[in-house]
Amino acid sequence: MSEHVDSVRTYASVWLILLALTAATTAVAYVDLGAFSVVVALTIAVIKMLLVALFFMHVRHSTQLTRLVVVGGLLWLGILLTFTLADVWTRGLIGTPGR
Amino acid sequence: MITAAAQERETYLNASYGIKSWLLTKDHKRIALLYLFTVTLFFFIGGAFATLIRIELLTPQGGLVSSETYNKLFTMHGVTMIFFFLIPSIPATLGNFFLPMMIGARDLAFPRINLLSWYLLVIGGLFALFAMLAGGVDTGWTFYTPYSTTYSNTWVIATAIGIFVAGFSSILTGLNFVVTVHRMRAPGMTWFRMPLFVWAHYATALIQILGTPVLAVTLLLVFCERVFHIGIFDPALGGDPVLFQHLFWFYSHPAVYIMVLPAMGVVNELVSTFSRKPIFGYSFVAFSSLAIAVLGFLVWGHHLFVSTQSVYAGMVFSFLSYFVAIPSAIKVFNWTATLYKGSISFATPMLYAFGFIGLFTVGGLTGLFVASLGLDVHVTDTYFVVAHFHYIMVGGAIMGYLGGLHYWWPKITGRMYPELWARLSALVIFLGFNLTFFPQFILGYLGMPRRYHTYPDEFQVLHVLSTAGASVLAVGYLMPMVYFIWSLRYGQVAGANPWGATGLEWQTASPPPVHNFDEMPVVTHEAYDYTTVLGEVEVG
Amino acid sequence: MANHAEAQAETLALREQFDTAEQQKDASTLGMWVFLITEIMFFGGLFLAYTVYRDIYFPVFALASSSLNAVIGAINTAVLLCSSFTMVLAVRASQVGQRNALIIFLILTLILGVAFLGVKAYEWNEKFQEHHVPGPTFHLEGTGQQGEAQLFFSLYFAMTGLHALHMLVGCGILTWLLIQSWKGKFTPEYMTPVDIAGLYWHFVDIIWIFLFPLLYLIDRHLGR
Repeated sequence: MSEHVDSVRTYASVWLILLALTAATTAVAYVDLGAFSVVVALTIAVIKMLLVALFFMHVRHSTQLTRLVVVGGLLWLGILLTFTLADVWTRGLIGTPGR
Repeated sequence: MITAAAQERETYLNASYGIKSWLLTKDHKRIALLYLFTVTLFFFIGGAFATLIRIELLTPQGGLVSSETYNKLFTMHGVTMIFFFLIPSIPATLGNFFLPMMIGARDLAFPRINLLSWYLLVIGGLFALFAMLAGGVDTGWTFYTPYSTTYSNTWVIATAIGIFVAGFSSILTGLNFVVTVHRMRAPGMTWFRMPLFVWAHYATALIQILGTPVLAVTLLLVFCERVFHIGIFDPALGGDPVLFQHLFWFYSHPAVYIMVLPAMGVVNELVSTFSRKPIFGYSFVAFSSLAIAVLGFLVWGHHLFVSTQSVYAGMVFSFLSYFVAIPSAIKVFNWTATLYKGSISFATPMLYAFGFIGLFTVGGLTGLFVASLGLDVHVTDTYFVVAHFHYIMVGGAIMGYLGGLHYWWPKITGRMYPELWARLSALVIFLGFNLTFFPQFILGYLGMPRRYHTYPDEFQVLHVLSTAGASVLAVGYLMPMVYFIWSLRYGQVAGANPWGATGLEWQTASPPPVHNFDEMPVVTHEAYDYTTVLGEVEVG
Repeated sequence: MANHAEAQAETLALREQFDTAEQQKDASTLGMWVFLITEIMFFGGLFLAYTVYRDIYFPVFALASSSLNAVIGAINTAVLLCSSFTMVLAVRASQVGQRNALIIFLILTLILGVAFLGVKAYEWNEKFQEHHVPGPTFHLEGTGQQGEAQLFFSLYFAMTGLHALHMLVGCGILTWLLIQSWKGKFTPEYMTPVDIAGLYWHFVDIIWIFLFPLLYLIDRHLGR
């Protein structure tokens, strides 16, 4: 993984983009986007996460196994969230038999 | 306790002496023995609680203990058996000892983390023991809120801390195994040449890594709720008790696969060795372990069928719960096919393997009963469920564990156990087990609730049968304690490969040297390749 | 390829269970990544609780969130991002054997990390003054749903608290790295501890990348 030594410029560019995105997400929060607000906020957060992971954590130079591990972890968090929300969001949708 | 054969030779047992050499060891084999001692201790503590439960249930009005005490008994039985015996048992003893050897490694990837794992189990266990001795905990091992967070006046926090710490023991063991399997295999040991025991433990490790942290954070929230009254599970403050159940069962369902997958891994080795045949459908069995690990994470809502979980979600979870039975069934079919036209020997380990296959099948099939949303509404929280999971955990997992202990005992200690007594105790355990738990299916179906210590008179006969069975089972479990210890001094000295088994662990001395192999192996043949193994099956 | 373990002396770069230094490095890196996904699941439980309650009690959560200072939160986010920048420069310095640069960047990372924690402490104190800490004295103005409002702050303190705890551990690790770097323990051939500590540090940063918008920026459009 450390066979690739990235340049300081690469890291600095990523850093500046991250700072810009932080400013952007803060500014956008003051705009009324309704339900779309959370989509924008999470999208920016995911982009920031990808930048940190790919460049600072060297995932873009990493082995397939490392990437599988990362994807797996995120997928499992997704399972926890999705299946639980599938309950919370459908309560009362189908009535309980007999009631 | 130096075995005769090893006196001239340095083994992992005699390479160094003194308590520090054990308590500060980095040798996975010694750590496995430290675990063996610890989990055995917890097994008998959990068993003591079970004994009290069964005695209390002899009469319809109880009488031995109060309701409050009874609540503590079944809680502590569950907590001890699950978190401090079953979860660590096979992986931390047999897995620790043999996984590195089976793949031709000198040790696990992180030996010091391995030792830390043991200390975490001990520390967690001490917290739990403290809770038990200081007055006990009465919430059920499932800690449902808001009883556990608001109303219970027992040692919830101490127990939660104990389980939290023990959880990290489990996580670190899983981490160690995953990295070891990926990075420490000997030259020529490809994934598909590994013994299926290793595949099973790899799959188990994945569950430990992905599931246990959620239990940890859930216990942390219970702690915060109980101490700071933050309201997260308290309906009066807007919290949702069912959220606790989601978080809890997200781990605790996969946890049951942590408990049974390693036993399935053991059964692979036993069925193969004692049929003298490669496991039929090797890759199917390997992938079925992974499938169980993955699918096991998608079904937890079947524990919430009678909560306020939505009917829609219940239907989805019920549907998925049927799927998770398929890879388990694949294993049973493959074991059966392995037996076909095999050269079968009925040595003690094989008796346990047969016991596993039969009893696990019963447990698994009754799992399908409770996976059905409609049927589960009737049998949930009855003894039907209790019988279902004991068939898997005791009839399955513990039999797998005992089978593995017997199978690898000569390798671990350099001594054979006495075969006649071992077969006898296997039989006693099998009979005792069925007498204990089969009546519980009937009890549950007839409506006997779990966690109750008083019941209508007409259930007494079945309860008496069950308690009688428990007494027989207790005798059966005590027998190996006696003859295993006896064998350390008086058992027949074992050679390197008394069973004529394949696998790298049988190609080194019994007991093994400190670094497992005198020369690191280079693997050139497939798993379960009996054409390369010489030696007769030594059956006593 | 037979290896007599006794023949190779154990060094930092080659512990006795490994055959080659590269194997050890690969194993250590994989180990840290696996550990990080356990951390994903650990924080994940809190993210789940947050998601469920934000969804059910959105208006109260929005009100409660707006009592946090978004500008300070944004600045703190920037502080942490800068610390990730200095951390990756530290890792790079160890990769090319620049001991002085390594030490400087580790010190900068540590300073930024401590600064983050300092700002956090200030913020928490502010919450304490405003009676926004869950407990008997809790009160959030502008809503009748005090229990639900308290839920937001319970999650706020739980999540930022757990994050801060991880930051503290991270600062401890950085300190240890500093000491080891000072002693010259790291070379381009053996800088694994710096590498994997970097992974941990960046991960804790990523957690904050999500905590900031979720906690501070739920709904600011009313100019609160």
